[in-house]
Amino acid sequence: MDAIPSPPALSPRHTGFQLLPRQGECVINASSPPAVELHGITKRFPGVVANKDIAITVRKGTVHALIGENGAGKSTLMKILYGMQKPDEGTIAIDGEQVSFNNPGDAIARGIGMVHQHFMLADNLTVLENVVLGGEKLYGIGAKARKKIVEISDAYGLGVRPDALVEDLGVADRQRVEILKVLYRGARTLILDEPTAVLVPQEVDALFDNLRELKAEGLTVIFISHKLGEVLKVADDITVIRRGTTVGTADPKTATTKQLAELMVGSELPSPETRESTVTDVPMLKVSDLRLAATDPDGVVREVLAGIDFTIHKGEVLGIAGVEGNGQTELIEALMGMALPDGGTITLDGKDISATPTRKRREGGIGYIPEDRHRHGLLLESPLWENRILGHVTERPNSKRGILDPKAARKDTERIVREYDVRTPGIDVTAASLSGGNQQKLIVGREMSHDPKFLIAAHPTRGVDVGAQAQIWDAIREARREGLAVLLISADLDELIGLSDTLRVIYRGRLVADADPATITPEELGTAMTGAARGHLEATDNPSAAADGDTTEDEAR
Amino acid sequence: MKKFDKDRLLLAAAGPALALVSAFVLTMIVLAASGVAPIDPLRIMVEQAGYEDVQVLILNQAGIYYLAALAVAIGFRMNLFNIGVDGQYRLAAMISAVVGAAVTLPGPLHILMIVAVAMLTGAFWAGIAGILKAKRGVSEVVSTIMLNAIATALIAWLLLPKNLGVQVEGSNDLTTGKIAESGWFPALTIGDGLEIYGFTFVAFALGIVYWFVLNRTRFGFDLRATGASESAAQASGVDAKKMIMTSMLLSGAVAGLTGMPLLLGESHTYNLSFPLGIGFTGITIALLGRNHPVGIFFSALLIAFIDKASAGLDTAGYAKEIGTIMQGLIVIAVVVSYELVRRYGIRRQQQKVGEELAAGHAIKTDKEVAA
Repeated sequence: MDAIPSPPALSPRHTGFQLLPRQGECVINASSPPAVELHGITKRFPGVVANKDIAITVRKGTVHALIGENGAGKSTLMKILYGMQKPDEGTIAIDGEQVSFNNPGDAIARGIGMVHQHFMLADNLTVLENVVLGGEKLYGIGAKARKKIVEISDAYGLGVRPDALVEDLGVADRQRVEILKVLYRGARTLILDEPTAVLVPQEVDALFDNLRELKAEGLTVIFISHKLGEVLKVADDITVIRRGTTVGTADPKTATTKQLAELMVGSELPSPETRESTVTDVPMLKVSDLRLAATDPDGVVREVLAGIDFTIHKGEVLGIAGVEGNGQTELIEALMGMALPDGGTITLDGKDISATPTRKRREGGIGYIPEDRHRHGLLLESPLWENRILGHVTERPNSKRGILDPKAARKDTERIVREYDVRTPGIDVTAASLSGGNQQKLIVGREMSHDPKFLIAAHPTRGVDVGAQAQIWDAIREARREGLAVLLISADLDELIGLSDTLRVIYRGRLVADADPATITPEELGTAMTGAARGHLEATDNPSAAADGDTTEDEAR
Repeated sequence: MKKFDKDRLLLAAAGPALALVSAFVLTMIVLAASGVAPIDPLRIMVEQAGYEDVQVLILNQAGIYYLAALAVAIGFRMNLFNIGVDGQYRLAAMISAVVGAAVTLPGPLHILMIVAVAMLTGAFWAGIAGILKAKRGVSEVVSTIMLNAIATALIAWLLLPKNLGVQVEGSNDLTTGKIAESGWFPALTIGDGLEIYGFTFVAFALGIVYWFVLNRTRFGFDLRATGASESAAQASGVDAKKMIMTSMLLSGAVAGLTGMPLLLGESHTYNLSFPLGIGFTGITIALLGRNHPVGIFFSALLIAFIDKASAGLDTAGYAKEIGTIMQGLIVIAVVVSYELVRRYGIRRQQQKVGEELAAGHAIKTDKEVAA
């Protein structure tokens, strides 16, 4: 309860940080040219700007961390640096010399190497074979190559055995093979894309030792991550990317995870705040003691949801905060009927729907904005008007008595396009040809068109441009005023705090804490998301009636 | 908006056109490489198609192929690969022939019963693969291939005289006995005793039903959605297991009809020389016809033409296997060219949409805020 010291009274989250001086620059001017210097990098995809005016300076012999939320544009930027994509504008300089990469081969020739998040190794080959594969011209495939591999392995303390079969290696060892592969090809600058995502803490420490080793030998490492604690541990410099552009640099010696989180999440966004409460006391969705177990690939049965209890009233937005992978996906699937829970009940508008199939739930008034719109919300290669039917094929205007009504569906698609500002030349283009924001607006429009009683909004504005974001928020607020109950799941803490009437924190499949969005700060919420704080997150009075009752249950647990 | 419609039509035609042209060129190369003058065999084949009797043969064969291809296409539309059409239609033809020979009913009823038995048998055989997939996750590709082999063995066993078979007097052929004339489907007679199987027209009519069910019913939408994206379909409320079962049963039922034109129109019995392998040809035809009823119609005609017209090559001193080679090359060309055209189409449309939007040709929306 008291995990958060002295809750600040007034919106402190907008004052908590300033841009730190770009401390890299002065050093560079004094000594050798920077290993990598990106300037004014801009990359547009149809309808979306993935990178905008990015500037990064990476000093030689350092570990430079690049942090940002999912979809902030880190990956696109690294693809540009690795020659997989060409920037529309901007310059890349390696060792002070301006370069232009047409493919990864060019980047490798310039000493840039990339270790992908998903390993690219052939399991049934040995380490030696994997390393020389595609690089046969460098040192042959025999004794010379083996010698070189051992040499590199020893020099950086990688501990790689050239004759081990890759399929026998663990994840950490495979990662070291990937690093060695890159070094073998002569890389002087290594890009590591989320290298710690697959590692356990001890392995992370070992990896960091390797990175320090590399650094000591004068190599440069660009480290992409969104795990802030790790970044502070290993990085010499930090650059923060938000919404496709560099928003600041930080010094890991002085910066805190809170400051970094603020920089990542940002505060200059259009505010999602909805302060005037529309919460009624009519319960719309009631979930009690929901449990779900899953078997992971190793055959271990794990509880992914346990003792989930909450009520969402008409006109209420319940926000669920949590680090991804703590049960949010499973909660949505259980509510949608895509996964059958092992226990507990779900009641929608007074009716028990615990065993109701997905379609009946949708017909019964559940709207669904999925977290992965490409997998769950759209038929990418079908035209927009067919996508408008998806999920509501049994409802008007899409069909009558089992027979589709394409004419009415098309007409209604045109209405959605108009009302929700979906930017498209027509409704016969495929969903894949729209930008992410416009796809999302189509989905929001579709779900809102069937007068849902209860809306599941999972990351409703993820990967969406700022303009579309404001419109999506508007749509949710509008429906909330008319009595819609909303379950909001988001990684954007500002969005969560701004839109929600009630906040709950999910951690390892349990709702461990709740908070009042009127007083909570993103930092406090962030702390609770790591499982560090439980129970009610505020010592002050709780003005929101909706959270009452639930609080005590959580504390008891 | 019109522009995109026209585009799509052009792209839809581009795939088959590219496939056929490249298959044609490849055939030329193969023929030339094997020391045969490439043009002459093709000239003979085209000439063959000029004769009325060959035309009737082609049309009858096309009807049979059409049914097999429809059965395959139903599976394809929801990402199920029913390789088992071959076993399904043979078993269905055999069982329905047995039942048809055993009973005598007034005309239309007799025919209806034979057809119903055939559909049920086909559905049953395909349903085994459906259950295995829905309940146990067994790949339908593997199970249907194995069911084909089992069907072959089962038919051979059932055809033994000690079981259901009848030994024909003075021959080593085994049959299921003759179906009474009330169970013969009336044919369309043209000219000198040339007959087009009546069931051929049923086959083509079924194409219309297929189109309607897939494109105009909720069920068809669910089926197509599942084929386009299983995860999205599931989120939209499609019960994946039920969908697997239903489409497998439907596919099997249509597969069961494949033997009907021949059984009801000509052979009136199932015997050792009942054609096999039509199910596999059906896969080629469904692929070439892009699972579209009109596309399948033309591909069925084309493949039937290659089949029947190449039979005349023997007498001219060429190997009639040239036809088989052509069919094989068409399959390869289809797979490659369709994927190429598909990717090109997606890229092109994304580009065009980008251009159109940049040029300000978006549909007028209520909120003209920057998006």
